[in-house]
Amino acid sequence: MDVSPLSLRSGFFLEGAQLLLAIIGAPLLAGWIGLCRALLSNRSPAGILQPWRDLLRLFRKETLLPEGTSFLFRAVPYLVFAALASSTLFIPFLGTDPPLAPVADAVVLVGLFSLARMMMAFGAMDAGTPFGDLGGRREMMVGFLAEPATLMILFTASLWSHSTSLPAIIHSLLDASDKFHPSLLFALLAFILVFLAENGRLPIDNPATHLELTMIHEAMILEYSGPLLAMMEWASQLKLILYLLIGADFFFPAGLPKVLSAGALAGGLLLLSLKLLVAGGTLAVIETLLAKLRIFRVPEFTALAYLLATMGFLIHFVLEV
Amino acid sequence: MDNRNPRQSLPGLCLIPREDGIPRALFPQETPEAYLAQARILESAGGRFLGLWGAGDPEPRICTAFLLREGLFVLVLPLPKETPSPTFPSLSGFIPAANRFERTVRDLFGFRPEGLEDTRPWIGHDLWAVPPLSLPPGSPVPENPGAGSSDYPFVRVTGPGVHEIPVGPVHAGIIEPGHFRFQVVGEKVLRLEELLGYTHKGVDGLFRNRDIAWGARLAARISGDSTVATSMAYAQAIEQALDFSPAAGVRALRALLLERERIANHLGDLGAIGNDAGLGFALSQFGCLKENLLRKNRQHFGARYLFDQVTPGGVRTSLDDEAIADLLEENGILLEEILALHKIYDDHGGLQDRFQNTGVLLPEVAHRLGLGGVVGRASAQAWDLRADHGGDPYRRFPPALALAHTGDVAARVLVRFLEIQESLSFSRALLEHLPEHSIAESIPDNSGPAEGLGIVEGFRGEVLAWVRLAPHGVIEAAHIQDPSALLWPALEIAVPGNLVADFPLINKSFNLSYSGNDL
Repeated sequence: MDVSPLSLRSGFFLEGAQLLLAIIGAPLLAGWIGLCRALLSNRSPAGILQPWRDLLRLFRKETLLPEGTSFLFRAVPYLVFAALASSTLFIPFLGTDPPLAPVADAVVLVGLFSLARMMMAFGAMDAGTPFGDLGGRREMMVGFLAEPATLMILFTASLWSHSTSLPAIIHSLLDASDKFHPSLLFALLAFILVFLAENGRLPIDNPATHLELTMIHEAMILEYSGPLLAMMEWASQLKLILYLLIGADFFFPAGLPKVLSAGALAGGLLLLSLKLLVAGGTLAVIETLLAKLRIFRVPEFTALAYLLATMGFLIHFVLEV
Repeated sequence: MDNRNPRQSLPGLCLIPREDGIPRALFPQETPEAYLAQARILESAGGRFLGLWGAGDPEPRICTAFLLREGLFVLVLPLPKETPSPTFPSLSGFIPAANRFERTVRDLFGFRPEGLEDTRPWIGHDLWAVPPLSLPPGSPVPENPGAGSSDYPFVRVTGPGVHEIPVGPVHAGIIEPGHFRFQVVGEKVLRLEELLGYTHKGVDGLFRNRDIAWGARLAARISGDSTVATSMAYAQAIEQALDFSPAAGVRALRALLLERERIANHLGDLGAIGNDAGLGFALSQFGCLKENLLRKNRQHFGARYLFDQVTPGGVRTSLDDEAIADLLEENGILLEEILALHKIYDDHGGLQDRFQNTGVLLPEVAHRLGLGGVVGRASAQAWDLRADHGGDPYRRFPPALALAHTGDVAARVLVRFLEIQESLSFSRALLEHLPEHSIAESIPDNSGPAEGLGIVEGFRGEVLAWVRLAPHGVIEAAHIQDPSALLWPALEIAVPGNLVADFPLINKSFNLSYSGNDL
């Protein structure tokens, strides 16, 4: 595999910067989406820093554990957060070649996300309340339905590099980015659907709801409080930004620095922030326009995502090889 | 509609038309047999059971209300005074809706409904050692030492894969308390059972031995969203008891206040229904319209939710020409906005997909349950006191009845949209032709005992009031009946067969009051 050489030091600088930026930036992105949603629905926004304020407030509170929960309940927020935070090391978004990227390819990444989801469902069921069960059950259903489409999107993107390694995919996409790829357009549409389903956004799940019986993600974290709740919230914000970063890598890779110089890094970061802001704004528009689907329509939704991804996959062979 | 002379169709029960509202009267029955027979006659004459309540010493009795096209008939069954826990015949054999009312009477007064198989407590939750209203006014109620030791016996469904979901009384959002017990298979609801009574505050007991003005303040505070309707029903009851008729100007202003309450609540409901389907835009847009309306209420009437605006004998504030012009302008703006939002709701595929065929309450079922109000009208039950026989000013500018036939969430949304539009044009007519008015007159005194009824089409349905006055304006007993008590059982029927996740949407489309039910 052709990976541009990096010194150990600058490589670890890159990894550290990726981790910190994703962790700090995730609540900011959530704040930006909230701000856009508020403006679009004619409300006065709480500001981009609101999720950070909420997190800090929760971290200052005491932890209350429901009766009858095991160590699993307490461990889950850390496990979920760790699974997602470690993913930031494998997704190239500051430079094309973070040194740890070869450790995990796209399939492992999907596995890490699944691990986080499974842990969250376990934690929800550990509390033994009907809502935790309900939420965990639904979350597993959505995940199980969305995963095939996710993999299909990754495979479509990896058709150029003949590898599921993320840096290899990105290099091949960057090299081929002067041409228009219909297969990627289909994959992008599929990716948007999967992104909405996997992150519990409208029309699959309503992140702002207070109705226990309709919740998916919120039902799973209903029993958490204080710092544990903050970890869970933070983790889901992290998941959102990670998906958007993967999306930016696959579909809008232009501007990702191949070499590590201060100028290239600054330029890349600026461009990346711009991409994220646009993506967040688009998400807000989608969420403002759509109503929530009936829960039994979710299979149709994810089937559509799978269909689009498969079409992208086939179109590659028909038109692009 | 049955237009026969009430004298012919209902032997012995005759109503005199009234200027201020629906013809209404109390009909004492001498024996339990006569009471039962008369209830059967009223029921088979197409009467809708509207409620049943009791009264304790010094004149223990059971009152049962039926609404017919001719008017409101309340049967009164006096109970023996010396017997500690007298019995009365249960109506639940042919009026299933009477079940909860009779259990409430048993919990509160200790009167025993004979023939009622359901022996579970209802409003009291078995918390009291003795029925609280069997005690003299003001005395403390001893607690039941065994309270909370046994679970409420919900009806269980058994079978492979069936499980139970208990919801409430503490909810994830900030709403009133109520318990819902679902029996589900996967996501499908097989059975829903409600347990209410968590907001019981002993309203019937609080009314005892108070004066009329104090009673008016209490009536206004029973259910905050229906304060005008309950105040108005109470005022009507007092006025009927004192044989007093408010002036035309007062009647017009009351009607206007009632419509403002209706519009504000329907706006809030429509936004909340959209929000429950995930359309946050609806909540903020309708919320904005409702807030503007409430601010106008404050500006022109001095109270956002119109508390204490309707008093026995009159209303609290009058409108000058400037205020009328302002309200007319508001009326035009609101109508425009509502039409635009109605179009958005109709054109939104995702929203309509959630609304249609969700929470269907079939017209036959609604008819059997004798439902009225928004929920009844959405299931093709053509009952609206304002359109039927509201008296003045409804006769002068008769509002059209909003009706839908599918009985689903979409129908309840449609009825609300239509009613707002109708309310706006009715309010416009009122404002443009407001009679000369003095806002309040002093009500006469009563030298002997007196009794009166009031009934008003609130935003949910018919709000009923009954008062019995001792000489010189002391309330001996009173009861106020929110339509929610009749509509809650309908929710239990509309939900099974739907997905658990659709329950909040269906519940919101009913939007029943917990406080109004629990009293």
